Amino acid sequence: MYVAVKGGEKAIKNAHKLFAAKRRGNANVPGLTTAQIVEQLSFVVDRVMGEGSLFDRELAAIAIRQAQGDLIEAIFLIRAYRTTLPRFGYSTPIQTDEMLISRRISATFKDLPGGQILGPTFDYSHRLIDFGYDSEEAAEAPEQSELIEASTPRVTDMLGDQGMMEPDPQSAEGEEVGDLTRAPLDFPADRDLRLQNLARGDEGFLLALGYSTQRGYARTHPFAGEIRMGEVEVEFFAEELGFEVPLGKISVTECQMINQFQGSEEAPPQFTRGYGLVFGHAERKAMSMALVDRALRWEELGEELTAPAQDQEFVLSHSDNIQATGFVEHLKLPHYVDFQAELDLIRTMSEEFWAERNDEPTTKMGAAE
Amino acid sequence: MTDQAKTQIDERKSAMRILSLMSAEVLEQKYDSFDQKPDWTFARKPETGLVMTRGRIGGGGAPFNLGELTVPRAAVTLETGETGHAYCHGRNQRKAAIAAFFDAAFQSAALKSRVEAEVLAPCAKDLEASDLKAKQEAAATKVDFFTMTRGDD
Repeated sequence: MYVAVKGGEKAIKNAHKLFAAKRRGNANVPGLTTAQIVEQLSFVVDRVMGEGSLFDRELAAIAIRQAQGDLIEAIFLIRAYRTTLPRFGYSTPIQTDEMLISRRISATFKDLPGGQILGPTFDYSHRLIDFGYDSEEAAEAPEQSELIEASTPRVTDMLGDQGMMEPDPQSAEGEEVGDLTRAPLDFPADRDLRLQNLARGDEGFLLALGYSTQRGYARTHPFAGEIRMGEVEVEFFAEELGFEVPLGKISVTECQMINQFQGSEEAPPQFTRGYGLVFGHAERKAMSMALVDRALRWEELGEELTAPAQDQEFVLSHSDNIQATGFVEHLKLPHYVDFQAELDLIRTMSEEFWAERNDEPTTKMGAAE
Repeated sequence: MTDQAKTQIDERKSAMRILSLMSAEVLEQKYDSFDQKPDWTFARKPETGLVMTRGRIGGGGAPFNLGELTVPRAAVTLETGETGHAYCHGRNQRKAAIAAFFDAAFQSAALKSRVEAEVLAPCAKDLEASDLKAKQEAAATKVDFFTMTRGDD
């Protein structure tokens, strides 16, 4: 129960002023530009875009700076901002098979058509702090190689051609695509809504859940079939023009996790998969998303419900860090009347407790009043 | 749709694609240096909105909503009557307005070849070059596997 409390305006004003000064920090240190954040802290920008569910690098950078690098606060700012804009419509689905690939790896096939392309990655680095790094020094120009193979088919399609992989689920004629920004989530949720929820879900939460499936809580025997990262073009059907208008490019990370499946009455033994797709360069999140997507499919694949990562109500209700932080942080709001009521109740019960024993508490009751 | 109408739409789409991919700075320069611009008015004043991007389950399956994209849009009518539209990712409404101007000019018989030669062709070339550079840089990180020979003779 919340009770309107008046007062504190001056304290709030001064607290915000103090916060603004803290944000700027030492005035002798040059101020941070949003271009520096976009160019040099691309992973935080991508994370805020993904979990804010809004692709706009510059906006994400503004939010990160305003939030002093508190990413959940920055995501909150992005989510609030998007509510101020009109929705023009839905894009035609992006074609990740036509991606301009900057990274593409498979842990299932060594020699796959198109090759293993490491791209820009932390992998294989020694994780030693580089004390000698000079941020003012220009980076060495990246190497360039001639292109040999142009085609980079999806690993899952290659397995699909051999009948070893379950096909992509197609939608029925005229079926609406669920949108949780338009209607509240209802259970059980179909896979389209689950993927939308996971795509904007908290990376830490999904990472922990994905990890739990690997440790035996809903074991799914995952292989990283393919991870690809790069740019895709986006098109949108404009009513007034009557055709799909190109909007520009976005970067995304896609993960196809391959999992075992014994087969059932209807389906032959084949591989199944979990799917991850996230804005920006967000490999850990895309992998976690794919693990959790697969775990959530237990019922469809005739598996047993044994673990938290399979429980869609548990997963989907707690994946959104803005909802989560809202409810956790609301505990800071005044609960004075609530608490007084509890205090009175406990005091009465405590008095009864001592009265029954004809005894006195060792500490004096009400000393704090 | 007739073949001719389809060709016209494809041509216009590929022009709009280049306009949307160009940086705002380059587009601004192209607008400044475009001589004898016809007068124009807004058919739709620039406004910024959202387009929900979609992916496909498993990459090729049923669509799902991935997340939104900021998109300014504008429509411009030339004094000669052609109306151009633009939607381009970002929040730069001026970029959308200029792109809409060039889309209108692209539909004008008198201006189309100039838009192609002065704006679209050089930018298409730059965009191709930057895509090629990205591909070549990625290609340099492609793994070459060696099969290790075992030590027994």
